[in-house]
Amino acid sequence: MAEQQHKTTRKSEVSEEQVEPTEVDTAHKEKLDDDVDSILDEIDDVLEENAEEFVRSFVQKGGQ
Amino acid sequence: MTVHRIQGSEVEYGIAVQGQPQANPMVASTHVVNAYAAAHGLTRRARWDYEEESPLRDARGFDLSREVADPSQLTDEDMGLANIILTNGARLYVDHAHPEYSSPEVTSPLDVVRWEKAGELVMRRAAELAGQIPGVGPIVLYKNNIDNKGAAYGSHENYLMRRDVPFLTIVEQLTPFFVSRQIMCGAGRVGQGQDGGVHAFQISQRADYFEVEAGLETTLKRPIINTRDEPHADPKKYRRLHVIIGDANLSEVSIYLKHGTTALVLAMIEAGALPEPLELADPVHALHLVSHDPTLRTAVELADGTTITALDLQGHYLEQAQKFVETEGHDDPQTRDVLDRWESVLERLAADPMDLVRELDWVAKLALLQRYRDRDGLDWDHAKLHLVDLQYHDVRPERGLYHRLVASGRMERLLDEERIAEAVTEPPRDTRAYFRGRCLDRFAEHIAAASWDSVIFDLPGYDSLQRVPTMEPLKGTAEHVDGLFGRVETAVELFRAITGR
Repeated sequence: MAEQQHKTTRKSEVSEEQVEPTEVDTAHKEKLDDDVDSILDEIDDVLEENAEEFVRSFVQKGGQ
Repeated sequence: MTVHRIQGSEVEYGIAVQGQPQANPMVASTHVVNAYAAAHGLTRRARWDYEEESPLRDARGFDLSREVADPSQLTDEDMGLANIILTNGARLYVDHAHPEYSSPEVTSPLDVVRWEKAGELVMRRAAELAGQIPGVGPIVLYKNNIDNKGAAYGSHENYLMRRDVPFLTIVEQLTPFFVSRQIMCGAGRVGQGQDGGVHAFQISQRADYFEVEAGLETTLKRPIINTRDEPHADPKKYRRLHVIIGDANLSEVSIYLKHGTTALVLAMIEAGALPEPLELADPVHALHLVSHDPTLRTAVELADGTTITALDLQGHYLEQAQKFVETEGHDDPQTRDVLDRWESVLERLAADPMDLVRELDWVAKLALLQRYRDRDGLDWDHAKLHLVDLQYHDVRPERGLYHRLVASGRMERLLDEERIAEAVTEPPRDTRAYFRGRCLDRFAEHIAAASWDSVIFDLPGYDSLQRVPTMEPLKGTAEHVDGLFGRVETAVELFRAITGR
């Protein structure tokens, strides 16, 4: 995940806060995963019912 | 070198009347605008003044004749559709078959965020009010750009530029930037191809609807660089760059970076500070390729036969901007902040795009979609994924998925909600929008019409309408006119104080 580092970085002195990228990123990523999983339950409650019908009936006229 | 310049944004919202898929969208959009006007004391409904509009003037130096123009290009013909000016200086109206909010002119990217987000609150309230009209039905608005069945509608940016910069230079220098900036400001989409026929995710809502490199059209054969030459200001000094290639963003960071980085590139173009432009072999094809690859690994072809990724294209512009700020030896806090964020976002996108899940729309949306795919084993053609895509843009706080992410602290904010709520009624203090907004706030019943570059008074004791031109975007600010508004009691007094007539 974090092997590919900073392809676009031109300055060598950047990102002191990323001294230990692998460790930090992994912990961060796991936290994110938990976080996103917990939001699915919340979103399930607000998603419109009958997804297929809802999506099919969303027809717009073109604009600019 | 600064991100500060006159700028603004326009967003056409998707519209649906719940339970009535056959409802006429023009009628529904008109209800949205009129209901808001009626509820906010704007019933006189100062109409839009089209005198200075020239949608068929091309920045390359010619006018398209009205006979050969597509009817949808005749945006200066008053169709009798609702069209009002708000006390914050914005325009709220019906464009084609969508309600549209055009922000007031502001001077910085952060102020674009503020007044564009205020527009979301206006639209949310307007839809609620329209839904209460007997017989109309519940209206839902979406701050998005597509129906995934072939139709697209716009979210545009405007930047005031110096007139003396050759337009061709602008086209050459901006094209690679516009092809690649979607990796920061794409809104994400389930489906590829104009009709969504290919079942896959892509970074941008709008990319697949762009078909040519430069041109006047906005509704068909959409160009990466729009050549409409309609400055809404002194045409000898200014041009307005009308940018039609952006997505409608919910993320504040995406809006901020979209305007901030574009403003920096324009500053470098005006200063002649960019090296020879990187020329893409096929910009339209490159635009689509970049959008279709959320891993950001795809390299696109340059005219010299070499290839380059969108990240490296953006890195090129960032590096030039950093150099330019260093050589110029001065900058301001917002310019510094845009540069720092730009660098940080590109670095983290290169490492792992998912690291931007709290900041960028396309990443936040993709993260949700991936979780649904993982949990429920859904393929990209599944209706539920299309629903997540659509509902991300729902303007209602209880239904919109972006708003659910914000409510649970999962999206980074740049402004607090009170600042945004204030901007629903308050105009920016540092542009002519201040004069326009204050006129509407104080004397709505005596304003017959207004536009970006005029306010037209209908005054007792005057036989004809009286037009006050506002051709200089930096005049009519709070500093210029607050004292005046403090002294006058009536519209007539205001008009006499300004004109001496």
